Amino acid sequence: MTNVLVCVKRVPDPTGEVVLTADGLRVDGRFAGYTTSAHEEAAVALAVQVAEPSGGTVTVLSVGSEDSLEQVRAGIAVGATDGVLVEADADLLGPADVAEAVAQAVGARADAGTTYDLVLLGNDAADTGDFQVGVRLAYLLDRPVVAGVQTVAVEGDVATLHAEGPEGTEVYEVALPAVATVLEGGVAPKYPSVMGRMRAKKAEVERMTWSGTPGGSGREALSVPEAPPSQVTVLGEGPTAAPALVAVLRELKVVHA
Amino acid sequence: MSVVVLVEVEEGRASLVSRETLAFARSLGAGDLHAVVVGAAPEAVLADCREAGVAVLHEASDPALERYAAAAWAAVVEAAGRAARADLVVAPGTGRGNEVLAHVAARRGLRMAANVVAVESLSPLVVQRQVVGGAALERATVPSRVRLLSMAGHAVDPTPADTPGEARVQPLAVALDAKDLRAQVVRVERRERGDSSGLAAAKVVVGAGRGAGGPDGFAAVDALAQRLGGAVGVSRVVTSLGWRPHHEQVGQTGSRIAPDLYLACGISGSIQHWAGCASSRTIIAVNTDADAPMVTKADYAVIGDMHEVLPAVLEELG
Ligand SMILES: Cc1cc2nc3c(=O)[nH]c(=O)nc-3n(C[C@H](O)[C@H](O)[C@H](O)COP(=O)(O)OP(=O)(O)OC[C@H]3O[C@@H](n4cnc5c(N)ncnc54)[C@H](O)[C@@H]3O)c2cc1C
Repeated sequence: MTNVLVCVKRVPDPTGEVVLTADGLRVDGRFAGYTTSAHEEAAVALAVQVAEPSGGTVTVLSVGSEDSLEQVRAGIAVGATDGVLVEADADLLGPADVAEAVAQAVGARADAGTTYDLVLLGNDAADTGDFQVGVRLAYLLDRPVVAGVQTVAVEGDVATLHAEGPEGTEVYEVALPAVATVLEGGVAPKYPSVMGRMRAKKAEVERMTWSGTPGGSGREALSVPEAPPSQVTVLGEGPTAAPALVAVLRELKVVHA
Repeated sequence: MSVVVLVEVEEGRASLVSRETLAFARSLGAGDLHAVVVGAAPEAVLADCREAGVAVLHEASDPALERYAAAAWAAVVEAAGRAARADLVVAPGTGRGNEVLAHVAARRGLRMAANVVAVESLSPLVVQRQVVGGAALERATVPSRVRLLSMAGHAVDPTPADTPGEARVQPLAVALDAKDLRAQVVRVERRERGDSSGLAAAKVVVGAGRGAGGPDGFAAVDALAQRLGGAVGVSRVVTSLGWRPHHEQVGQTGSRIAPDLYLACGISGSIQHWAGCASSRTIIAVNTDADAPMVTKADYAVIGDMHEVLPAVLEELG
């Protein structure tokens, strides 16, 4: 039986246009909407894949405001067993703070009788891109950690994880309990069924609060670089533009022989 | 004050992003420039370091380091930092660079700023870094004594130093703990050659997006990439639909490319895709929609159906 904890973050939809709040400190998601980071959607799918066959559980945890319940429930809707919301103003927290808050929740759950064999997180969040919460968490929990994994399989007390490296797929075998950060690409994200949505609506989500003092992220301001004016030279329309395109290729010296 | 740069070795050379990171670290004018490599540095890496103005190259050749383990690499970076009395440690903003630096940060209780594109001030350290997949910039202070930062790929050119460095090789003794090796690569399933493993380093990339229409819509894309001696790159829609493998994906959650030419066919050019291809020297877009962001951001464009344009281009090339 493998119990998995998956950490997800509520982020402004990164496919929309980036609009900043009036104080210039946050991305305003009120227009584009909010979502779960893509890597974390993959992490939820992997967690369900790992836990289900062994009769284990999947807990989805988010550190954030009441609104983050939407992301926790989205995880439950695609197969997670239960949820935890660590209530905090996520904008005041830096990556070290989030790692501490998650570690505290893992400890609290262990005291209450649920231990996690595997904790999965996104490799980096779609909004802040800090690349460090998972690794910091592993040190706080004193567990091995593998970053950037795309598949996970558990047999007995060992997890086999695959990650893309510079020369090919790198395979790790680590003793459980362990931590891994997930990159999308190895598993298709799951879509909720009507039943799943109903279950998520009713599911219990445990609330916790983090008792630490936030160190913050050091953010002072955000800016959106202005798009430079279009300088495009249109070479033509349809296949008749082929000679002009090839002339450019030759000019760029990318055509050999 | 001195700076240590983690140098990643790729095909016997300092990787492109490592050379960019060296140039960036040197431009800070912070003092002595040190580099650290894991494993014996090949001659070409030494030459790259000399050209970049490196004074000392710390080399950690412990056999236990043969297979990658992020925590062990972090121990190496820490040892190099101590040897160089560094107050700034910089890594390439690659998966590996960010992972190793995160370990150093966690082990030493330090802050780390990822994907930095510019340093505004060294004391206190104030950086500009890419967030939201490159769609926004964050100005942030990094208030640690030893500062850790990773450098976003292709934010600077890998220019050589005015005066080459000595790149004196200094063997680095690293005391590894059993814990440093508990998450270590047990084997590598090597990619077949020519399957776009060289995407990040390719001089020409021919890209295709949803406009390809399906897994069978890539014949002309493959043929053109081959004709130009380049690699195939795709958008995320293409990989999520399972038309092509994920390692061909260009963008925020795929590879970052910096070819001389990126020929983007049937790709709209969303911010997340743009984050991975913005450093291409020349961009040509082939798209049915003259207003697609890829077209308006490109240097050249052909407005039309890629399934008609690409075969005509192949024919013209002969
Ligand atoms: C967190 C996150 C991370 C992401 N990371 C990435 C990433 O790494 N890489 C990435 O690419 N995307 C990424 N995306 C997705 C991104 O937002 C876009 O959805 C995606 O890039 C769109 O792919 P596309 O351009 O192929 O498809 P579309 O946006 O559907 O565009 C298709 C284009 O093809 C044109 N077209 C259609 N038919 C033809 C034809 N026959 N000939 C010529 N042109 C034609 C259309 O005019 C249109 O411009 C990410 C999204 C999120 C939320």
